Amino acid sequence: MIRSMLFLPGNTPNMLINGDVLGADAVILDLEDAVSPDEKDAARILVRNALGRMGFGCQTVVRVNSLDSGLCQKDLEEIVPQKPTALMLPKTATAADIIELDELVTSLEEKHGIPSGTTRIIPLLETAMGVENAFAIASASTRVLGLFLGGEDLSADLRCKRTKEGAEIDYARHRVIVAARAAGVEAFDTPFTDVNDDEGLLADAAYAKGLGFTGKASISPRHVDGINQVFSPSQAEISYAREVMDIIAEAKRLGKGAISLHGKMVDAPIVNRAKQTLEAAAALGLGGMQDGI
Amino acid sequence: MESKLVNNLSDAIRAAGLKDGMTVSFHHHLRNGDFILNLVMDEIANLGIRDLTVNASSLFDIHMPLMDHIRNGVVSKLLTDYVSGGIGRYISNGILSTPVEFRSHGTRATDIACGRTPIDVAFIAAPAADCRGNCTGKLGRAACGSMGYAIPDAMYAKKVIVLTDELMPYPLADWAISENFVDYVVKVDEIGDPKGILSGTTRITRDPVGLVMADMAAKVIQASGLLKDGFSFQTGAGGATLAAAASLKKIMLEQQIAGSFALGGITGYLVEMLRSGCFRQLMDVQCFDLDAVKSIREDPRHREIAAAHYAGPGTRGAVVDSLDVVILGATEVDTDFNVNVHTDSSGCLMGGSGGHTDAAAGAKLTMIIAPLVRARLPIVTDRVGCISTPGSSIDVLVTQRGIAVNPGRADLAHALRAAGLPVVDIQELKQKAESITGIPQPVAKGDKVVAHVLGRDSAIQDTVLSLPQE
Repeated sequence: MIRSMLFLPGNTPNMLINGDVLGADAVILDLEDAVSPDEKDAARILVRNALGRMGFGCQTVVRVNSLDSGLCQKDLEEIVPQKPTALMLPKTATAADIIELDELVTSLEEKHGIPSGTTRIIPLLETAMGVENAFAIASASTRVLGLFLGGEDLSADLRCKRTKEGAEIDYARHRVIVAARAAGVEAFDTPFTDVNDDEGLLADAAYAKGLGFTGKASISPRHVDGINQVFSPSQAEISYAREVMDIIAEAKRLGKGAISLHGKMVDAPIVNRAKQTLEAAAALGLGGMQDGI
Repeated sequence: MESKLVNNLSDAIRAAGLKDGMTVSFHHHLRNGDFILNLVMDEIANLGIRDLTVNASSLFDIHMPLMDHIRNGVVSKLLTDYVSGGIGRYISNGILSTPVEFRSHGTRATDIACGRTPIDVAFIAAPAADCRGNCTGKLGRAACGSMGYAIPDAMYAKKVIVLTDELMPYPLADWAISENFVDYVVKVDEIGDPKGILSGTTRITRDPVGLVMADMAAKVIQASGLLKDGFSFQTGAGGATLAAAASLKKIMLEQQIAGSFALGGITGYLVEMLRSGCFRQLMDVQCFDLDAVKSIREDPRHREIAAAHYAGPGTRGAVVDSLDVVILGATEVDTDFNVNVHTDSSGCLMGGSGGHTDAAAGAKLTMIIAPLVRARLPIVTDRVGCISTPGSSIDVLVTQRGIAVNPGRADLAHALRAAGLPVVDIQELKQKAESITGIPQPVAKGDKVVAHVLGRDSAIQDTVLSLPQE
């Protein structure tokens, strides 16, 4: 389960060696925007070595350079053999981009004796075209782990100002979530970029969770705890989910059809959400599965 | 009333009877803003006095002119508890023919009191004093707060000269050192530069790795069972150790734990903990920032204590012996838990124990916080370059990649594991670090002994060799 994803520049050894102790469920080792053109080679080698030697205690995502950068193939040749959890493809605009990346990765997995499909893909949707093609992109390969919305570049492409409130990316957020869920993959929200505004971060994360996002990225380690907290089921949610499962079990035992809890009808969507809550709680070690589902 | 004011420093030195081969002493409360040591040593040199031993509770880079006095024979021996990097490099390059003697702050106080390191003339920089020698660090333009490290010098030196730039009407209230101990008072233009004496506010680190370690440190304290009403605590002013205090404060307030005292060098953060009810009292041997100075001046719960009271081994009562927990730093820790705070990774002197060894010996739980890798080198080694604090008094090492517990503290390891904390063998930490950095080359050393590091029993605990000849 990925609630939080922390961006780490691929050319900073000290950040890379400590990346997995900062509490994020996944780190995004960045070879793209965080690395200047003259450091691309060094960053690629550094990230390759970090993946190969460090034994990261969290999931690892590598943001490679875009398909049209002339750097992507080299990135893949060094990174795929290190078996990161996923590759993030910047400026994904069409399903064809994902199909092309899938083919490149498939041939590298074969070459290095890695089971096909090991390397997942996270398309980064940060253009108007990418957002409009979200469902096709999410469905383009079984490697797709989830869609990732990039609010900064998207705002530039939309020719609007990026604001803390985020009204300008609201449509894109909804669109990405619906497309991701329709394709059966996860949805990850854009980072909140004011690293000194803890309250703003919590509000932005809570809003994203409310829309249906699985998790959220961060550009600062300081935001990781807040994001994890928001995207974890609360104790109240876990207790309610347990009550739902208990009452369903009881209804089954008594052969009852329609049942209610706290005066509200318990129907299939409520039961499904309760199951999801308890699964998430169990995955996070919050004891969700103790009643068995 | 007879004034003890003398016309000038030169007259005071002569009146005190300073001669070749004697010992002079200085305190370090003015830190890197101190003008007094240089002023006094220049005057001594002008008077043609030579072959002196300087016993200074610490030396900072502002004291670099002392190196010239060593070269020209005015000073032939140094006793100190800490040296900053610039001074340390000169010592490591063998500027002295006799090894420097390093003590802990507590051991320095005890050795002065028992006559093992007698002082002929103590020169005491005082931010405020009256004409009879009552003096304090709480007032004046160069206020430094506590003057705890100067107190043994005042009590036991054969002659005591107070130097001040703020002469106040007699009797000065709330003195740190009373006229009872003072022979002469000298008015000077400036005793120091306030900018070098104190920082404005000591800030908590924003380094994310430091915060991870701090959080883990607070959890270790919680799991140790010591965090309950009456809890006592010491921590340094370093980024991660201070952040640990912040994590601890949160737990103490949430659980309504009323501690007894915080000890040591005091920062504004500990003042805040006092005010919010985490402690009943601050025991302050040295103030680290302006908030601490303001507090010691205004709040009777914030007490000034002498170095021997703080940490003197073999005294009738030192506060370190009542400490529950101390959090300390390290430049290196070895697999026997010995800690080095004297030398850097190339073997060059750049620090000293200060109160490290004392607090470690006294506290029920002594914790070292250090990142597993620093400047491309593993923090855990087979053998530290210098044993500053023996491993027998270190209970636990907290890094961002796990917690190593001294094998002598199986009870603690058990408690930490039960609390779900990541306890690992110290060898494993070493291997983890080396998997990132590779195994470092051994440090090349010269063959001259440049320093003896004394333990709390005043016996030689380790020696520091010179840097190799270039």
